Amino acid sequence: MKKYIQNFVKYRFLLGELVKKGISLKYRRSYLGILWTLIEPLLTMIVLTVVFGTLFGNNDRTFPVYILSGRLLYSFFSISTKIAMKSIRTHSSMIKKVYVPKYMYPLSSVLTEYIIFLISLIVLVAVAAVLKVKPTIYLFGAIVPLVIIAVMAYGLGLILATLAVFFRDLEYIWSVALMLIMYTSAIFYKPAKIINGGYGWLLDINPLYSVVSNFRNSIFGAPLDQRALLISIAYSTVFLVVGTIMFAKKQDVFILYV
Amino acid sequence: MGKTVVDVQHVSMRFSLSSEKVDNLKEYFIKFVKKEITYNVFWALKDINLKVNKGERLGILGLNGAGKSTLLKIIAGVLKPTEGSVTVRGVIAPLLELGAGFEPQYTGAENIYLYGAVLGYPREFIAEKYDEIVAFSELGKFINVPLKNYSSGMKSRLGFAIATIVEPDILILDEVLAVGDAKFKKKCEAKIQSMFDKGVTVLFVSHSLAQVQKICDKAILLEHGQVIAQGGIDEVSAIYEEKTK
Repeated sequence: MKKYIQNFVKYRFLLGELVKKGISLKYRRSYLGILWTLIEPLLTMIVLTVVFGTLFGNNDRTFPVYILSGRLLYSFFSISTKIAMKSIRTHSSMIKKVYVPKYMYPLSSVLTEYIIFLISLIVLVAVAAVLKVKPTIYLFGAIVPLVIIAVMAYGLGLILATLAVFFRDLEYIWSVALMLIMYTSAIFYKPAKIINGGYGWLLDINPLYSVVSNFRNSIFGAPLDQRALLISIAYSTVFLVVGTIMFAKKQDVFILYV
Repeated sequence: MGKTVVDVQHVSMRFSLSSEKVDNLKEYFIKFVKKEITYNVFWALKDINLKVNKGERLGILGLNGAGKSTLLKIIAGVLKPTEGSVTVRGVIAPLLELGAGFEPQYTGAENIYLYGAVLGYPREFIAEKYDEIVAFSELGKFINVPLKNYSSGMKSRLGFAIATIVEPDILILDEVLAVGDAKFKKKCEAKIQSMFDKGVTVLFVSHSLAQVQKICDKAILLEHGQVIAQGGIDEVSAIYEEKTK
């Protein structure tokens, strides 16, 4: 254990460099640069509000905040797991040439996206202020789902990265799975519609929904829901443990397959 | 002398060369059901035992495919052996593949920090040695140009300058360092020579017997993944010459 910590300490600068590289390369050569982290969710929010608010008749004043909060969490979840899944293959030339602790690749991918995600929360704050969603003491509770989703994305990233080394198909399968997760996370509709229809279990088996719902509770001034909290903690712990074990067991043979 | 710094014990490395590469689920499933998954097992290294003491300069000889580079990669930690264990004591500088992890879109200056981090150097250490690296690489004003615009010589000069900035206890060299023009090559050789003078332990792989004889005092000879001779440089090189006739 001590050996692993020492190794992490030795390579922590690499983690920083990889994250920095991910962020700076993402927006290099685009005119608006890092501003895109703010503009992009804002534009999608407008589109989704028009479609699901105006056209489907959700005329709630704070509906854009509702959509944006779900959408931001989902896009972090989907991008970070996708990039972490591919991280071993994108760094294959490095893996073949130099020793670096291999979990650095999925970890730096998830951290890169997490920082971009945290920046993009500025949009949420701004929109909430404009639409007069008043912050309450419960807003501090938002830290809990924010931490849980990072752990969950990293855990899932480890599982996906390990599997994707051996089976490239996973990249396509995961995109479909992500779509399913998106539609069952109540991002642009109210969960009551599904629960009243008798499909509440769909929301429960979805790892993302409980995180989204607790995040929204904190924003709209409600305490964290205990049940959702338990579900999300359970999911993220299982993903992290399973992912770490799988990755640790297989990392030495990655080099033979990439 | 006498202190073992590299200890290779019973190291074997197996590669599975499946006759067809199966990397998607459908194929895997079909082949699994039909029991068609076959692997050609290939032992690149078999039961290698090796001890290198501090200050020794070991040459690794062998024909193509004898397992020389695989052995070096295992010692450098890039590959994990299928069996056996390797213990390395001290700072190791593998000059195997210079510039692994260079980012083409980054400038030379940014790459110094990135590649330094890849090699496990602390950030303050790189900052402290930054000027020395730039000076050694002779890149001058090009240091702020994206790496993708560099010539291959410039890239390898930068790679060499970063990789040799540490004072290693163990130096791993693969083949001759073909770095830059004749002038820079001399500079590299001088740098490596200065490390030799400080009593660094060297592991050196080359096809050129003359070079190995010049640098090393001990040698091993590999054939088909096995050590067939081990000892002083003169006796091993005599056997090697016999083999290559």
